[in-house]
Amino acid sequence: MPLASYALGVMEASVYAPEVFARGLPAGAQPENATTAVPAAHAAAPLLSLQGIGLSFGGVVALADIDLSVRPCEIRAIIGPNGAGKSSLINVISGVYRPDRGQVRLAGAGYTQVPTQRLAHLGVARTFQNLALFKGLSVLDNVASGLAYRVRSNFAGQVLGIGRSRGERRDALSRTDQILEFLDLAAVRDRLAGTLPYGLQKRVELARALVAQPRLLLLDEPMAGMTASEKSEMADFVRAARDRFFTTVVLIEHDVGVVMGLSDRIAVLDYGRKIADGAPDEVRNDQRVIDAYLGVASDNEALSQDEGRAGI
Amino acid sequence: MAAITGDVFAAPVLPKWIAPVLLLAFAYGVVPLFGSSYLFEAILLPFLALSLAGVGLNILTGYAGQVSLGSAAFMAAGAFAAYNFNLRIESLPLVGSIVLAGFVAAAIGIVFGLPSLRLKGFYLAVSTLAAQFFVQWALTKFSWFSNNSASGVIDAPRLSIGGFALDGAVGRYLFALTVVSILTFLAYRLVSSQTGRNFIAIRDNETAARIIGIPVLKTKLLAFAISSFIIGVAGVIWAFAYLRTVEPDGFDLDRSFQILFIIIIGGLASIRGAFFGAALIVVFPLGLSRLGGFLLGDVFDSGVLDMSQRIVLGALIILFLILEPDGLVALWDRVRRRLLFAWQST
Repeated sequence: MPLASYALGVMEASVYAPEVFARGLPAGAQPENATTAVPAAHAAAPLLSLQGIGLSFGGVVALADIDLSVRPCEIRAIIGPNGAGKSSLINVISGVYRPDRGQVRLAGAGYTQVPTQRLAHLGVARTFQNLALFKGLSVLDNVASGLAYRVRSNFAGQVLGIGRSRGERRDALSRTDQILEFLDLAAVRDRLAGTLPYGLQKRVELARALVAQPRLLLLDEPMAGMTASEKSEMADFVRAARDRFFTTVVLIEHDVGVVMGLSDRIAVLDYGRKIADGAPDEVRNDQRVIDAYLGVASDNEALSQDEGRAGI
Repeated sequence: MAAITGDVFAAPVLPKWIAPVLLLAFAYGVVPLFGSSYLFEAILLPFLALSLAGVGLNILTGYAGQVSLGSAAFMAAGAFAAYNFNLRIESLPLVGSIVLAGFVAAAIGIVFGLPSLRLKGFYLAVSTLAAQFFVQWALTKFSWFSNNSASGVIDAPRLSIGGFALDGAVGRYLFALTVVSILTFLAYRLVSSQTGRNFIAIRDNETAARIIGIPVLKTKLLAFAISSFIIGVAGVIWAFAYLRTVEPDGFDLDRSFQILFIIIIGGLASIRGAFFGAALIVVFPLGLSRLGGFLLGDVFDSGVLDMSQRIVLGALIILFLILEPDGLVALWDRVRRRLLFAWQST
C-alpha cells in the first residue's frame, strides 16, 4: 500500500475510530481528553510556526514580521479588517506565495517556501476564499480528488483496470463516502459540484480538504457569504472535524461572533502586522484590537453581537 | 460540463452499454451489406478519421482544458511516421507501424505541450500553432520523409492485416471502424479513470488541483501525449484508409480548426460529442451542395458552395457557443429526455 509515512497504519482503519488518528499529539495526551481539554496540547511543540514572515507586493507591504505558532489540535483563528494580510498569510503557509523574509516551520521542518506540490504529502490541506471546486466533477469525485495525491497506479493500469488501480479506487470511494456521511453531504453525492447552492459548495470544499485526514487544515474564510444558520452549522462541522480527526485548524474569518465561539486562540492582523494574539477573551478586551479592528465600543458584551450583525 | 454526466440521466431505462453495442453491431453487421461505395468513400471514412481526431483533441481541450491548434500537425506526424515505418522496416506488420506512429505523434505532442506548463488559454493556443507550422515545414523541407518523391504526394501502402487484404471500400471501412472503436473505448475508460478526473480538475481549477497534490505538470504532458497519440492514429486512418495518399498539404491549419470546431459543435468534454460533431462537419457540406443545387440550380457552383459552406459553418459555431455551449450532445440528451418523458407519461 503506497502511503505517506505519517499515515502508516491509519489507512485501513475506519474514519469512525478516532483514537487511531491521534497523531501529532504528545504521547501523554489521550484522545478522550484531547478532544475536550486543549491544555493537554499546550506542552506540545507547535505543529506550525511562522518566524518573521515578511511579504510585499511592489511597494505594498502585505505582511511585516509575522510570528505565529499553532499547537497540535487547536483551532486557531486569524482575524483582521479587509486588506490586513490574512489571505496572504494562508497563501504563504500553503506555499502559493513565497515570503520575502522569514521561515515557515511545519512539523519540525523549515521552509522558505512551502512546496505546494508536496503539501498534501506533508499532511496539509486548505480551502479557498472563493470557491475552488472542480465544477465539472460530481461531489463524490470532487471529494475523492482530495486523495489523488496518494494514487500510484498509472493511466494505463487505470484504463485497463489492472494493477493497483481498482483497489485504490475502492479505497478512495469508501473514504469519500465516510466523509460525505460525516459532513451530511450524502444526499448530494452524485450531483455536479457546480450546481449546488453556495453554502453546500463550501461544505464540499471542506470535505475535499478533510478526506485525506490532514494534520493541518487551513480554512480561508469558510463562512464567507453564509447565512447565520449556515455559519453556525459550518462552525459545528469544523469543531467536529477537529474532535474526530485531531486536525489542527487555522482559519480566517470575518464574523467575529463565530470566531470567538469557535477558536482556542486568535491572532489579529492589521496592515500586515500582528497586533494581538491570545485566547478569545484576551483578544476581545485588547484595547489595540478594539481600536484598530473592532472600532471603539464601550460595552464589551454588546461588541460581539454588534460585529456579528455588521458582518465585519 | 453537463455532458460528462449526461449519460447518467439520459438513459434511465437501459444500461449504458446497450446503445454503443447496438450501434457497433449495426456498423459491423448491417452497413457493409447495404452501404454504397459513395457512402464509404465520401462519408463514413472521413467521418471515422475525424471522429477519432475529435476524441483525441477532446481529451486535451475538452477534459484537460488545454487549447490546441496543432491537431493537423499531429495527424501529419502520425501519417508520415506510419508511412516511413511501413516503408523502412520490412517485417513490421501494419498494426505495428500504426502503434509506433502513435508514439511518434505522442512524443511530438509532449514537446509542443511543454509551453503549456507556463502558458494558458489563448497564449497556449498560439504556441501550439508552432507545432502546426513546424511539422508541415519539416515534412515539406526534408524529402526523406516522403521517400524523396518528386511531387511530395505519395501513395499510401495497401492495407492488409495478417495477409488479409483490406483494399476495397468495405475493407478499409472495417479497418477504420475497428481502430476507432478500440481507441474510443480506451479513451472512454481513460476519462472515467482517476487520470481523467485529474484532467478535469486541472481544467476547472489548476491552483486547487496543485494544492491537493495532483501532479499538474505531469498530468498536462500526459494529456498532450495521449491526445497526440490518438490524433496521430487518426492521421494514419485519414491518409491510409480515406485519402490513400500521404501529403503534408492535407494537414494544414484549416484541418486543425476543423477538428476544433468538431469538438465545440459536438460537445466539449464528451466522447460522444466528437462523433456528433464529425458527423455534422462531414455530412453538412454534402447536404448543403445538394440543397443548393436543388434550390438554385446552376448558379450554385463550387465557388458559391465553398463560400456558403464557410458562412453557414461560421454562423453555426457562433450559435452553438451562445445557445448550447455543451454542444450537440447536450441537445441530443435533452431531446431524448423529453421524448422519453413524453413516452412514459402516455
